Amino acid sequence: MIRMIGVHKHFGANHVLKDINLTVKAGEKLVVIGPSGSGKSTLIRCMNLLETPSAGQIIVGGVDITAPKAPVEKVREGLAMVFQQFNLYPHKTVLENLTLAPTIIKKVPKREAEKTGMEFLARVGLVDKANAYPAQLSGGQQQRVAIARALNMKPEIMLFDEPTSALDPEMIQEVLDVMVDLAKGGITMVVVTHEMGFARQVADRVIFMDGGQIIEQGNPEHFFVNPEHARTKSFLGKILRASNT
Amino acid sequence: MPGPFAAFKWAALGRDWTVFAGGFAHTILVSFLALVLALLLGIIFGVLASSKQKGFRTISRIYVEIIQNTPLVIQVFFLYHALPHLGILLPTFTVGVLGVGVYHGAYMSEAVRAGVEAIPRGQLEAAYSQGFKFWSAMRYIILPQAKRLAVPTMTNQAVSLIKNTSVLAMIAGGELMYHADSWASNSLYYGPAYIVTGILYLVICMPLALYARRLEEQMEVQA
Ligand SMILES: Nc1ncnc2c1ncn2[C@@H]1O[C@H](COP(=O)(O)OP(=O)(O)O)[C@@H](O)[C@H]1O
Ligand SMILES: [Mg+2]
Repeated sequence: MIRMIGVHKHFGANHVLKDINLTVKAGEKLVVIGPSGSGKSTLIRCMNLLETPSAGQIIVGGVDITAPKAPVEKVREGLAMVFQQFNLYPHKTVLENLTLAPTIIKKVPKREAEKTGMEFLARVGLVDKANAYPAQLSGGQQQRVAIARALNMKPEIMLFDEPTSALDPEMIQEVLDVMVDLAKGGITMVVVTHEMGFARQVADRVIFMDGGQIIEQGNPEHFFVNPEHARTKSFLGKILRASNT
Repeated sequence: MPGPFAAFKWAALGRDWTVFAGGFAHTILVSFLALVLALLLGIIFGVLASSKQKGFRTISRIYVEIIQNTPLVIQVFFLYHALPHLGILLPTFTVGVLGVGVYHGAYMSEAVRAGVEAIPRGQLEAAYSQGFKFWSAMRYIILPQAKRLAVPTMTNQAVSLIKNTSVLAMIAGGELMYHADSWASNSLYYGPAYIVTGILYLVICMPLALYARRLEEQMEVQA
């Protein structure tokens, strides 16, 4: 579904991604962990070309999006992203947030987009907020709307970049619940998160990044039971200690 | 010697009121068309200023700098006197619309740019991630939000634009200032001519200016 081949990313002199080779299979739930500044966001943002790699190839659903003149917008239609800061459209109501891209980009009839939009709002438990504006919602509610907005594009792949990191602690669970529910379906998910409980529950595979490289990967149990690398151990030690306090 | 505002001078103006009415109508028409042009240019160049391509940003910058740093009169004279030498002969009316429109387009562009730059980067990223292209992202997502910040400045620009059409009197533009000027120099009744003309500008500009003030106040309340 997603293949990254020899991907590098430089920001000026800063070498942020170093020779990333990664394949995400259709339907796979991949969790990306690693310390701040290790390149997790850059990695996931390369997958929909919000960042252009300095070198290497990225193939999404069979299309090489790094090729010149690649149909990037077309690929993005099937590759939804949920951001740390939600990035809802503040001048649109909740329902309009859900229907804007489907009607304009995919030319879905408005009534159809509204119908499916309401279904997704029901799924994230926010039907009663359809006509509210984003600013009237709590952070957790906004992020659930953002997930519903992503779903209303009927994507095959969903990218999450630390979707709960900007939330007050008491709102994290409501968002994770939605994501766990989502993971029960066949959709491909790439999730950058420090929520180890979530990783344990849904991840098929976890990758640990540090210094722009994938240091270690495996199933969640591997990480909890016997991580190999010293850096992985120290990182996990820190976040597990943090979440236990 | 009668004063500059003697009653018989007002009476003369009253008899010739159609001169002023015609000029006034002409001013409104030139202003309207120039405003449409300025808005178009303002949106296009204001948006280009935040383009990813450096070439577009540079073009936008050059336009704004050249226009903002030369007097409007020079620009109008250029269109009126210099272009004919290049074989481009424009009617005065067109020179008026182009001259004033292009001039205020540069200021509108700055207002649009400021509005667009105030929108968090995440908005454009969200739009891109959903498959929007640059211009449709601007149209549906960025500009409607940028409007809030840009519209008060743009309304003030509309006021300046209307007043600045008076510059066209210097090229026999046929608008209000031109007619007032020529009527006054024929009759030598300058007093009433300029008072009435001033009032006519005030009548269209003041409501706009007040409207701009109200928009600004609303913005402060919301912020
Ligand atoms: N747009 C950018 N311009 C310059 N440097 C950037 C940019 N985005 C990220 N970086 C740098 O790249 C490195 C990796 O950042 P990021 O991918 O955001 O890490 P993470 O998400 O793991 O915290 C950091 O050093 C960061 O400062
Ligand atoms: Mg990050």
